[in-house]
Amino acid sequence: MSRKLLIKGGIVVCPAQNIEEKLDILVEGERIIGLKKDIRDKEAKTLDVKGKLVTPGWIDMHCHLREPGREDIGTIESGSKSAAAGGYTSIACMPNTDPVVDNQMGIEYILSRAKAVGFIHLLPIGALTKGLNGEELTEISTLVEAGAVALSDDENSIMDSYLMRRALEYMTMFDIPIIAHCEDRNLSEEGCVNEGLVSTMMGFRGIPSIAEEIMVSRDIILTEFTQSRLHMAHVSTKASVELIRKAKAEGVRVTSEVTPHHFTLTDTDILESNYNTHFKVSPPLRSKEDQHAVIEGLKDGTIDTIATDHNPWLDMEKDVEFIHAPFGIISIETALPLIFTRLITPKHLTLMEAIAKVTCNPAGILNLSKGTLSKGSVADITVIDPHMELSITQDFFHSISKNSPFIGQTMKGFAVYTLVEGEIVFDRHENTFYKRH
Amino acid sequence: MNQVQFKQKHLLGLAELSKEEIELILSTAVPMKQIFTRSVKKVPVLRGKTVVNLFYEPSTRTRTSFEIAAKRLSADVINVTPSTSSISKGESLVDTAKTLEAMNSDIIVVRHKASGAPHFLARRASSPIINGGDGFHEHPSQALLDLFTIKEKKGDIKDLKIAIVGDILHSRVSRSDIIGIHKLGGEVRVVGPPTLIPKDIEKLGCSVYHRLEDALEGIDVIYCLRIQTERQTHKLFPSVTEYTRLYAINEARLKLAKKDAIVMHPGPMNRGIELSADVAYSDRSTITEQVTNGIAIRMAIFFLLLGGGRSVQEITD
Repeated sequence: MSRKLLIKGGIVVCPAQNIEEKLDILVEGERIIGLKKDIRDKEAKTLDVKGKLVTPGWIDMHCHLREPGREDIGTIESGSKSAAAGGYTSIACMPNTDPVVDNQMGIEYILSRAKAVGFIHLLPIGALTKGLNGEELTEISTLVEAGAVALSDDENSIMDSYLMRRALEYMTMFDIPIIAHCEDRNLSEEGCVNEGLVSTMMGFRGIPSIAEEIMVSRDIILTEFTQSRLHMAHVSTKASVELIRKAKAEGVRVTSEVTPHHFTLTDTDILESNYNTHFKVSPPLRSKEDQHAVIEGLKDGTIDTIATDHNPWLDMEKDVEFIHAPFGIISIETALPLIFTRLITPKHLTLMEAIAKVTCNPAGILNLSKGTLSKGSVADITVIDPHMELSITQDFFHSISKNSPFIGQTMKGFAVYTLVEGEIVFDRHENTFYKRH
Repeated sequence: MNQVQFKQKHLLGLAELSKEEIELILSTAVPMKQIFTRSVKKVPVLRGKTVVNLFYEPSTRTRTSFEIAAKRLSADVINVTPSTSSISKGESLVDTAKTLEAMNSDIIVVRHKASGAPHFLARRASSPIINGGDGFHEHPSQALLDLFTIKEKKGDIKDLKIAIVGDILHSRVSRSDIIGIHKLGGEVRVVGPPTLIPKDIEKLGCSVYHRLEDALEGIDVIYCLRIQTERQTHKLFPSVTEYTRLYAINEARLKLAKKDAIVMHPGPMNRGIELSADVAYSDRSTITEQVTNGIAIRMAIFFLLLGGGRSVQEITD
């Protein structure tokens, strides 16, 4: 007999089904078998979630785990725990590990480690070029068959337009997208922060917004020309948003994401931080105007999804002069409160719109049958207490690395239960993780 | 006499100083300079204190100037110049700071090619940090000696027109000078090719010119910056020859400024590139006075950071 779980008394928010009302969910085994008012089932164990929000399990399209290669910074286990604590049930991890995930073995390694670790689903992203060298395409069909959900060279933006054209063209015979980190590296070379008053005042070479926008333009042109599709990672500038908006209106199949830090912070925060390297990230934190534009992009659907770009680094590596510090922020455990307090509370997005950006929208882009609480679907579920307040300290994080610019703040809105395939993998009240059976 | 208290623990940049604090440093340097004319050029103010000059970038004049300033106040001076090969990564900056801390240094003067390195040290060290120049960020003691020199020559800085000419992009001196002059009510024009003007610099309170001839009209002070010839690899301007043709200060161009305009340079100068030799050695040039004033300013900085709140009269009388 399969175990049953009754999730009772919460407000179900499921954008895939356009539902936002008080409903109970009945889970049997790993699937949802009931979604309606006042379910009663004597055999089921009850999880009381009165006053909480119940959403499909959150999906992060973009994060960095450090395994294999740098297990001292982050492992598949620590990354999975961070994600589960952040309310995520599926995360897509970038291939820039050591070795690079550019072959079947790499994909299989990640999938098997995720299974052994037993908390959440890992969705491996394969490299687009061998060794991320930007020269030679990987064995794409093998990666797809092994289970890659997308292909990307991430921060090694493909500078060669010919290669990008051929890659996009070739990908039209598969169902997974390329994810492009749009950056003309000649324009951004040696830059540390957004080019503008802040780079001038801090005495840094700037990373101009055009370094991103030129590549966004090029990739839109190539995507249209090849009749392919492309997902643009961590969009950060006003003109990028405008270019994508226009491309979408013209029917070009581009999608895009923004990170929580880009809709929350600006380059002025770096200036005020007095050279705090936890604010150093790629793309760099931009201007107020850019921040406003990405929020507008989220509102009108130009930006489809919120992805964390969770990127751990050790204190030792970040605790150096700003120009020597690596780019990256750990963001998967603070994404949820930032979405609630920065987007939903000020009414930039409705609750339903915001939840869509982290559930059905990324599922759609990656062609996954996830991101819904409909009857029959896998019971990946996030239960949120939108009123819970916590101080963000080093100890708050389950990540091995603690490189967050939000340390010292108090945040509101947290996942209290994270369920994967019908089992609780994270319980905030107990602060405990449970391995799936 | 001095109503303003110097409350800063460190001297990291002019951005952190108020107008009153800048004026306090400048006025403190006046009696310091008088010490130079005595037969015994030394006062026992900082006897028993240890000043560490931690210079990660080669520098002769700034390091020497800090050293002389400290010695004239009777401090002990240690010069630390880590070999440049071993310090390209920041970990050793943390370690060096800890080591110096353990040796009970009283104040650390740091020069570093990474912008923000002094701020990095200031967060970790218990002793005061003086920024001796960081990356393209700030060079506060240089700007203070420049302000002191301008005041000596021109009186009040308020309403003076000052043109800063050259490589603004890579210049920490220009950033500190712009901020300082702006705070004291002077007008700054920065002059250079568009590729050497950093973005949004006008928001620091200056106007931007590309044609030197336009910028020099009505100017009281011409401040030439050193051109770093190796930067040409960044394709920012075609050649030193072309730079000189467009931006060198020579007799003819000097005539476009006010009759009594002075010419300044932070040194070391590329003679014949930023400045023609005849101008550099003319009585309009303040280059050697800047060097002398640098010692007085650095004495004032040491005194205000380490002097324990004593009045300057007490020590110079």
